[in-house]
Amino acid sequence: MSEQVAFQHIEKKSLIGTRIKKPDAPAKAIGKTRYINDMVLPQMLYAKILHAGRPHAEIVSIDTSEAEKLAGVYAVITAKDVPDLKLGFVKDNAPLKGKVRCERDEVAAVAAESEAIAAAALKLIKVVYKDLPGVFSPEDGLKEGAPIIQERFPDNKSLRFEFKHGDLEQAEKDSDIILDDEFNVHYVTHCCMGTSCAIADFDHNGKLTIYSQTQYPYNYKMDLAPALGIDPGDIRVIQPPTGGSFGAKLDVYPFEPVAAILAQKTGRPVKILFDREEEFINSPTRQPAKMHVRTGCTKDGVLTFRSADVLMDNGAYTSWGPTVPVIMMRTVSGHYRVPVVDFKGQAVYTNNAYAGSFRGYGNVQMTYATAQHMDMLAEKLYDDYGLDPIAFRLKNAQESGEVTPQKSFLRECAFAECITTAADASDYVNKLKKYTAERATDDRYKRGIGLASSIHNAGGAKIHKSDGCGTMLKVDDYARVTVITGASEIGQGIDAVIAQIVSEELGVPVEHVTLVNNDSDLGPWDVGVHASRTTFIAGNGARRAAIKAKKQILAAAAKQANVTADELDLRGGYVVQDKDGAVVIKLDRMLRQMHFQPVPDVVMVSDYYEPNSEPEGKDHISDHSAAYSHAVHIAEVIVDTYTGEVKVEKVTMAQDVGRVINRMGLEAQMEGGLAFGLGFALSEEMLFEKGHLKNPSFRDYKVPTAPDMPELDIHFIESDCAEGPYGAKGIAELPTIVIAPAIANAVYNATGIRFFNPPMTPEKVAHAIWDKKRTAS
Amino acid sequence: MSVKTKLNFTLNSRPVNIEVPVDMTVLNLFRDFLDLKGTKYACGEGECGACTIEVDGKTINSCLMMAVDLQDRDVLTIEGLQKGNMLHPMQQAFVDHGAVQCGFCMPGMIIQANYLVKQNPSLTREEMKRGLEGNICRCTGYTKVLDAVAAVVGLKG
Repeated sequence: MSEQVAFQHIEKKSLIGTRIKKPDAPAKAIGKTRYINDMVLPQMLYAKILHAGRPHAEIVSIDTSEAEKLAGVYAVITAKDVPDLKLGFVKDNAPLKGKVRCERDEVAAVAAESEAIAAAALKLIKVVYKDLPGVFSPEDGLKEGAPIIQERFPDNKSLRFEFKHGDLEQAEKDSDIILDDEFNVHYVTHCCMGTSCAIADFDHNGKLTIYSQTQYPYNYKMDLAPALGIDPGDIRVIQPPTGGSFGAKLDVYPFEPVAAILAQKTGRPVKILFDREEEFINSPTRQPAKMHVRTGCTKDGVLTFRSADVLMDNGAYTSWGPTVPVIMMRTVSGHYRVPVVDFKGQAVYTNNAYAGSFRGYGNVQMTYATAQHMDMLAEKLYDDYGLDPIAFRLKNAQESGEVTPQKSFLRECAFAECITTAADASDYVNKLKKYTAERATDDRYKRGIGLASSIHNAGGAKIHKSDGCGTMLKVDDYARVTVITGASEIGQGIDAVIAQIVSEELGVPVEHVTLVNNDSDLGPWDVGVHASRTTFIAGNGARRAAIKAKKQILAAAAKQANVTADELDLRGGYVVQDKDGAVVIKLDRMLRQMHFQPVPDVVMVSDYYEPNSEPEGKDHISDHSAAYSHAVHIAEVIVDTYTGEVKVEKVTMAQDVGRVINRMGLEAQMEGGLAFGLGFALSEEMLFEKGHLKNPSFRDYKVPTAPDMPELDIHFIESDCAEGPYGAKGIAELPTIVIAPAIANAVYNATGIRFFNPPMTPEKVAHAIWDKKRTAS
Repeated sequence: MSVKTKLNFTLNSRPVNIEVPVDMTVLNLFRDFLDLKGTKYACGEGECGACTIEVDGKTINSCLMMAVDLQDRDVLTIEGLQKGNMLHPMQQAFVDHGAVQCGFCMPGMIIQANYLVKQNPSLTREEMKRGLEGNICRCTGYTKVLDAVAAVVGLKG
């Protein structure tokens, strides 16, 4: 029956832009998927870590003897059992500490038969601490005689970044308006639903298999190995399904080498799994920042300069958090056309929590400032000079072909179209004027509308020597395709996109494409899932590999059919004539004929796609991404002026996506990304008191739930990126980046009050409204 | 070691007779004793809904219920929804509408959504939002979840 051709002609039908279901969704929906949190290996032990629970102290002594005696305990380790200071961006962190520098510090760890026994053993460890005076703000860290956090950095100064372009003094003289404000962006955390977990297992040759939630399995080996004193080649990383990531797993954190060291010591697999409170206290945060931002503009509405002086709380150790200026400065220099730029960013060691990478990466912070400054300028230019707020934005919006002061080359730029599309769809200007006029009334509920935008890398970010991704692809004798890609899946949906792309090229059903991407022993290298890069980079790689396979198949078919390869195509599981879709041969049959001949021709291809971007470099002048993208959000809010509650009713989103690939996955990223920004804007905040996290639970740390979500009106602007797969750009971070300032601008429109220090909680908003009333009366 | 007691209840339409420690939660019983790992731990204090199950027709956070309290009761977990190899319509709707990303919260979300629709087959979108308020999802922004539930309601209506 399979040889029967039911139809003679097969039309060319593209899948690009259609809705593709996530291949792993059914198993997840029926509860069958085994996440790393669910995994149990034979003979597995359970580990728990003793955290210091105090911000700054010397460890005078540790007595583990009672813990070691407890029945069911297999190993107890402390700093003396592990290499010192080998983790993090500047290698200032150790798996277990000899000195306490923050609340979460890992002091000892236990491996036992059960979690309960491990927890009981922790209570038997006796640690004598000598508390030291702490540093709890970057300003205090910079003071003369401040306590030293990291001995290698006696002035407490951690990373510093600078970028200057143009004559600032002259630009200030040329400005009719200069805004000068400080924005103070708070601590938030990822709150992945699956808490942090690692399972380590050594074989008898000393090779470590680590089951990990990591987002960057290949460089992860390089980062983990020194903390274990083993060769990175002796590490195999397996990535079981993970309950979210969002940037949280872009570094090696102490619990991972701790699990490995315990496995090494005991000869048994060892699992560490955080409970929710541990997750709050011991996971990375978003980098908080104090941002002194100045923006200049002429009375004609032309931006003259932007400067930013950013002070960051580094916390006690350096993960990715304090590197966010690399992206912040691209916003300062690239969010609208800015001719003169002055950026400074300084991180300072303190005894607080430390930040990692987090969806939006520095841009969530900086756009909160720049997009509000644009709104403040728009208001002033309208009030004083009658300039239309949209005309002002369009005047400064970049166009295709422009190059920013940092040499970001905006090859295909649809910024203006994003602005006009969102403004028209939401009736922005009319509502803005109406709500401004209504501000003076005594109504309890005030409406507001706010526009914000931003720019972000949309074709990876070359912060490593390579920003590439490898792909290996085979088409078997039954026309089933297996793709082995370096790209990681953390829920974002690269599984669907790669199946879709390969299906598009090879004309096989999406369901006939199997993706293998969770084992570093199988997969080729990839830099990791971050920087909105995976569809762009891994998608390009998968497409290029599929095209190679297609060429090989068509060459063989052409030879057989006595035509040229470009007269043929692959559609619906057949080799067909390209011009009319006439069937030549069934694909699986063709593949078997290629295989079973004296000189076998088997379809196994590979590709390594390296985007045409330039390394970031120390001067920060490089075209560091293969594409850039813009997005505009217009938020409509209702503010209850009695309670301070801000309800976001509707958001109109217009984003340059290059080209829609998987429409359903794209929408899902927009919606989910926005939810993150919504929480950041309105409700989420980690509250620290002298380095101690006061709200480590979902009860006291409020992430958005279903009733908080606004109505969304999403517009995809297709700029057709020449370098992207089918024209696509990376998309996943902008939705998180743009929403918070859009809400802040809307709240301003409703109340006349600027919120420079998010989140805009009811308490904060109500107080500001009452204070304003009091001052007015 | 903790004191153990015998326990009989109905789990996904099948009888269960088991001896359990008296201080064990339903969540741990299912995950650690019965290998039903579809029900997830994500907070352990009834704030996130990832461990939602149905007991005698009402949903509950299984992390807050003691296993011994299941005596003679009728329990539905995510594993009990499908018929053979066929996904339950609610599960299928979540797949079809792109409501599953990392998927970790989805078993609890689906059990809760199924309960809401059983309670009120003509649920409005606002009622869905209220009814799913106790289920945290960090990936989806809930929009596609609501689309999925709406589709099921539409089918029934």
